[in-house]
Order: sequence, then structure tokens, then C-alpha cells
Amino acid sequence: MVKVHGLVKRFGLKTVLRNIDLTVKQGEFVAILGPNGAGKSTLLRILATLSRPNVGYVEIAGYQLPSQAAYVRQHLGVVTHFPLLYGDLTAEENLRFYGRMYHISHLTERVSDVLQLVGLYSRRRDLVRTYSRGMQQRLAIGRAILHDPSVILFDEPYTGLDQEACDMLDSLLLNVATQGHTIIMTSHDLWRVAELASRFEILTNGKIVASAEKKDLPATYLLDFYRQAIQEI
Amino acid sequence: MMTEDEQIAYEKFSSPLTSLKLYLRAILAVLGKDITAEMRSRELLSSMFVFALLVILIFNFALELDISTRLTVTAGVLWVTFAFAGTLGLNRSMASEKDRACLDGLLLAPVDRSAIYFGKMLGNLIFMLLVEMIVLPIYSLLYNTNLFSIGFLAVVMLGSIGYVTVGTLLATMAVQTRTRDVMLPILLFPVTIPLLIAAVKGSMGFLQGLEMDAIRPWLNLLVSYDIIFLALALMVFDYLVEE
Repeated sequence: MVKVHGLVKRFGLKTVLRNIDLTVKQGEFVAILGPNGAGKSTLLRILATLSRPNVGYVEIAGYQLPSQAAYVRQHLGVVTHFPLLYGDLTAEENLRFYGRMYHISHLTERVSDVLQLVGLYSRRRDLVRTYSRGMQQRLAIGRAILHDPSVILFDEPYTGLDQEACDMLDSLLLNVATQGHTIIMTSHDLWRVAELASRFEILTNGKIVASAEKKDLPATYLLDFYRQAIQEI
Repeated sequence: MMTEDEQIAYEKFSSPLTSLKLYLRAILAVLGKDITAEMRSRELLSSMFVFALLVILIFNFALELDISTRLTVTAGVLWVTFAFAGTLGLNRSMASEKDRACLDGLLLAPVDRSAIYFGKMLGNLIFMLLVEMIVLPIYSLLYNTNLFSIGFLAVVMLGSIGYVTVGTLLATMAVQTRTRDVMLPILLFPVTIPLLIAAVKGSMGFLQGLEMDAIRPWLNLLVSYDIIFLALALMVFDYLVEE
């Protein structure tokens, strides 16, 4: 579903991603873990077609980047720590706007379904700027899954959320994950992703330095595995 | 390898007629979103209108004009007002996308990115024309000058199209810098000098009742400027918004 080979990204003289290879199969939930400045967000921005790699091959849902970026975007949902929503529009208007941009048919029904899924149907006519951070993030997930993408990218989705909002986001993420979407999530919150992901990739200093399947790595060993991988660099 | 469903989807989006329909729909979606948000917040229109009103009031008190001088300076005063008020609107329009990273949300949509540009550009044009529609009668009353001739209004329209065409493009660039508020006028005013000169000369020609032969070169310049920068925006917008 997602194939990355020999990916290099430079900003001026600084190399942010060095020769990244990554393959994610359909239905997998991959967590990319790493310290601040490791290159996690840059990698996700490249996969999200928001940034171009300097070198390397990227294929998502059978389409190559950057030449088929518009087709890739049709199959891609993205959630970042910014909700990417308009504060002066209601939740319903925001989703209807994005639905039009994604050429969704039967938009009214789809918007209602998504609002119910993220638990915001009763507040659908409220302006998004009146929402709490947690509600905005739930609506951001609704925005990302509105067009039923096959691949969803989550970039630090827990940033700025309180405990209750994080738990609510967890259950929503699990719900999304069980629907067969391929998910790639970046985070430095090991405990949260330990519950959700099926595979862990450790990215530090622009390189993937370790990889492990969840079935081979009990949650209690994740922190040791992570520390060891980081220290090896 | 693409699956059969993906192949069908690929071909669907590859059809020129469907692509055009989806392209126009995306432009209208961005335009509709901007108008709805502005009607609710009125941030952009109110700041543009108040600024424009203050400028023409200041000019009114600063310049005590006789009838003949009035016809000479009217075009200049009006275009200074439109240009400054327009800059305020352009800055605000793109800043609202950047502040909450909504620009990324737009760029993630599976549409040609020039559709985003044209949606934003049309929104900015509508807001600028709305401010002009209010400012022109007020100016007419304050300066006792008749501004309502088809030729003059055509120049206002052509000048505004050119101004927002370049302005939206440069605002997209400026908004990505830390000094975006000062960056836009620094980038925009030098580039729009030919447009503003043509707009002032064309407007003045119609207000002074000059022959069409004397005005035509300025109209030609305005039309050429609009076409060149629309084409340029179509070609470069994708590169401007990408990191």
C-alpha cells in the first residue's frame, strides 16, 4: 500500500531524511517513533504530498509521487496536530467544504455519518472555534476519513489534548483502524501507540534504525527497545 | 500495480470533461467557503472598508480642490485607496489559511492546485469589488464628481482583476515568511506599478472625457497585464505552495 525506497530530504545543507526505506501493507497500523527533530513530520509531509523528496521512490495506493500526487491525495487522509478546520464555519460546513474538494457523492448522508462516528452530530451547527481542542481533533479525524481513504497519516495527533480527549481519540483511532484502513502514525508517546500499532519503526537523526512487529515485542519491552535503538546512533 | 477499481477511478479523473467539471467545482467550493466565513466574521470587509473610507476622507480634507483639479487627482486618489485597502484584504485572506494550517488542508485535496488559487483569487476580487462599490458613491458625494460611466467602471474592473491576480499570488508567497505583513506590500507594489499607472491613466481619461484613441493604449495594457499574470499564476502556484 505504501512503498518508500531510498528517500532523502534536504533543507538547504541540512539532510533531514537519509535513505529511508519503508513498506506498509494494506490494513497495517505502523507507528513511527522517534525524538523531536528525528524527521518524523518531514517523512509524513512527503507521504502526504505536501513536500517533495530530493531523492527516492514513493508509491502510495499504486500511484507514484510526485507525478501522480492528485491521485494519491484521493486515497489519503491526514490528521496533524493542527485540525486544518475553519473556525468561522460550523462542523457541518467544514465537512461539506472538504467533501466538495474530494468530489464525494451523496455528501449530505456521508457528512451526517461521519459526524455521528466522531460523536459531534449534536454540535454539527456550532462554529468550530467554539469547540474544545479535543472536539476539534475528533472533527479533524472526521475530515480525514470523510472520503474513505485507504491510507491515513497521523502526525502527533495527541499534541495538546488532555487525558480524557486522548482516551476518546484512542477509541476513535481503534474504530478507524478496524475498518481496514492502512495507518501510519508518528508519535513520541510510546505508551499510547503501544496499544494501537501493529508495527513500530524507530526513526532518529533522519534514519530508520530499528523495526519490530508488535507480536514480537510485548508492550513492556517497547521502551527498552526504543532506548536501545536511539542509543545505537 | 493498480486494482481494477483504481484503474476506473484513474480513468474517471483522466477524462477532460470530468476533470474540468471537478476543477470548476473545487474553485466554487473554495470561493463559497471564503464568502461564508467572511459573511460570518466580517473581518476582512470591515477592515478594508474602514481603511478605504479613512483614506478618502483624509484626502478630502487635505486637498481643497477646484473642479478642474478634482478631475485630475480623482483617479490617483481612488487607486491609492483601492491598492492600500486591497493589500489589507489580500494579507488577511491568506493569513486566515496559514494561521490554522488550513492551507495544508486545501493542498491535501485531490484537485489541481491552481483551482485553489482561482477560488481564493475570485473571493478576493469579490471583496475588493464590494468595497469599491461602497467607496465610489461616497467619493462621488464628497468630491461632487460623477464617477458612473461605463468606461470608468470597466477600468476599475480590469484594474481590480489585475491587482488581485498578482496580489493573491504574492500573498501566498508572503504568508510563508515571518514578516508577512510587511512583505506583501514590498513585493506587490513594485510588480503592480504598470497596472496602477495604466489604471490611473485610463480612469483619468474617462473622467476628463478624452477620446477613446487616447485611452485605448492604457486599456490594452490593463487587459494584457491581467492575461499575463493569470497565465503566470496558473503555471507557478503549485510551486509556490510546495515546500
